[in-house]
Amino acid sequence: MKIVVCAKFVPDATADRRFRSEDNTVDRAGVDGLLSELDEYAVETALTVKEAGEGEVTILTVGPEQAADAIKKGLQMGADAGVHVNDEGIHGSDAVATSLILAKALGKLEADLVVFGMASTDGSMGVVPAMVSERLGLPAVTLGSSVTVEGTTVRIRRDGDTASDTVEGTLPLVLSVSDQSGEPRYPSFKGIMAAKKKPVETWSLADLEISPDQVGAASAFTEVTEVTARPPRSAGTIVTDEDGSGAAQLVEFLSTNKFL
Amino acid sequence: MSNVLVLVDHTGGKVRKTTAELLTIARRLGEPVAVYIGEGVQDALPALGQYGATKVIALTDPELSQYLVAPKAEALQQVAAKIEPSAILISSNAEGKEIAARLAVKLDSGLITDAVDVQAGDSGPVTTQSVFAGNYSVQAKVTHGTPIITVKPNAATPEAAETSPEVEEFDVTISDAAKTARITESKPREATGRPELTEAAIIVSGGRGTGGDFAPIEAFADSLGAAVGASRAAVDSGWYPHAYQVGQTGKTVSPQLYIAAGISGAIQHRAGMQTSKTIIAINKDEEAPIFELVDFGVVGDLHKVLPATTTEVNNRKS
Ligand SMILES: Cc1cc2nc3c(=O)[nH]c(=O)nc-3n(C[C@H](O)[C@H](O)[C@H](O)COP(=O)(O)OP(=O)(O)OC[C@H]3O[C@@H](n4cnc5c(N)ncnc54)[C@H](O)[C@@H]3O)c2cc1C
Ligand SMILES: Nc1ncnc2c1ncn2[C@@H]1O[C@H](COP(=O)(O)O)[C@@H](O)[C@H]1O
Repeated sequence: MKIVVCAKFVPDATADRRFRSEDNTVDRAGVDGLLSELDEYAVETALTVKEAGEGEVTILTVGPEQAADAIKKGLQMGADAGVHVNDEGIHGSDAVATSLILAKALGKLEADLVVFGMASTDGSMGVVPAMVSERLGLPAVTLGSSVTVEGTTVRIRRDGDTASDTVEGTLPLVLSVSDQSGEPRYPSFKGIMAAKKKPVETWSLADLEISPDQVGAASAFTEVTEVTARPPRSAGTIVTDEDGSGAAQLVEFLSTNKFL
Repeated sequence: MSNVLVLVDHTGGKVRKTTAELLTIARRLGEPVAVYIGEGVQDALPALGQYGATKVIALTDPELSQYLVAPKAEALQQVAAKIEPSAILISSNAEGKEIAARLAVKLDSGLITDAVDVQAGDSGPVTTQSVFAGNYSVQAKVTHGTPIITVKPNAATPEAAETSPEVEEFDVTISDAAKTARITESKPREATGRPELTEAAIIVSGGRGTGGDFAPIEAFADSLGAAVGASRAAVDSGWYPHAYQVGQTGKTVSPQLYIAAGISGAIQHRAGMQTSKTIIAINKDEEAPIFELVDFGVVGDLHKVLPATTTEVNNRKS
């Protein structure tokens, strides 16, 4: 079984994330980045499925030069191979365009099972898996908090707002997993050493038969017109409950601000 | 005037508040046409008319609810082909976002998710989104196709504008390809009687600092008529269900008042609550980063502060 994990390289959430002033796109080149933490859950799921049966796990990423780090992390965790789609023309692509690139690459890889994270930690749209499923004409079971694969049947549990559902589909299929799906493993020393020898291919838009006018900033279907940094919150009042007066002061605040 | 499609968010005919918000926004952009999927459209009619739906398109094919989102996206595509809307508005929840995603591909259109405001602009709707843990506010517009926008709860104050819409039954054709992923079992969650997290005016959230005991959080929430939330640490420890998690991988909330008790204020938690109007924290560590956000903070033990506050609030009410 050919398992492909779509994993995104994102700016580090704990560092300074910013926009490029020239075109209002997310600055991906000038900042520290890493494999999106939510996509680590996808890698973990793929490895677990492989270990429970058989298969080969490929990490697929669309992104600039540094995005190779996302693949490296996946390989260190235990994936078998990597594919990096990197092309000048991709910069500024929106979700619709990204889903086109991923769909073309997945077609070329002839994936049986495609595993996504629930959302990227930068854009956090959570729409790319459904878009890719739509483009490939494959069923999608999304936001799995637990996943089992038996033969060609994929079954997930999905904890929604009003119910906990069991959802089923048949391979080939698109799957996305939540951060409830099982803690991602850390790369072992052996894994880190082994990763160096694993094959990583780099593909261009031409390799995927995508013309440059189908993707990138110029063809994006959405445009950011303005970016404003949120003004810092003004410093609040902080009291200490040492003498047990905290509750009374809290009630006073609630009352003055008409919350009671 | 142009038609603006609004996908009705409801549970068995009971229209959710977000739909009233969407209809209110739709009136800024054109004439709201509500699309209702499932049974119970007659029950929903008064609420849809109250907020200005000029027409209600009802899709009652039971297959629409049996499968996941793919058939719903197909149905909306067919409605859109007939109505030719100038924009499509959908609630920003997990299902809504997936329907919107599929629709964007089908209609070859731009998609904006998680809008916290939508206004009419010279060349179509202009949206506001809150990004990077609420640190930036971004204005955007769709430049290609039919603008598809998913809108977060509380993005608008519902304004009534009484109409008496007609119901139009609409027959959809669902492809076999859309029927490939199905719900085989569904266990409904028990109702708590508290307001819904994403719609609540006040939220009281508990974190690891509760030590696993959410009773003081729930009691305080009830004294204020508030919803209860939780940090991921509390959810991961099994103290509270995931549906109540606030943050990057839980719910993004923007209530009038957010109270964090025993929560340190990690970036991923802040991502879900930073845009709340007023923020209060109770934490025994005066260095906790949550205090950087607060309008009012109490450095102290939540197990002492919360019960005392609850008693006092209840006393004042009676
Ligand atoms: C990809 C990713 C996604 C994430 N998504 C989310 C998310 O959606 N939501 C989320 O919340 N987190 C999320 N996290 C986790 C986040 O980083 C933090 O680990 C988490 O928010 C910590 O929860 P906490 O504040 O309850 O616990 P802690 O950080 O352990 O803080 C507990 C606090 O309670 C205080 N305390 C202890 N005892 C008492 C007492 N008796 N009285 C008063 N105060 C007390 C302590 O001083 C401390 O500040 C995510 C992390 C990652 C990597
Ligand atoms: N550039 C990318 N390269 C590879 N996978 C991606 C990329 N962008 C998004 N994804 C996948 O799609 C999921 C959802 O992303 P998003 O819709 O952007 O929130 C992520 O968790 C990834 O699995």
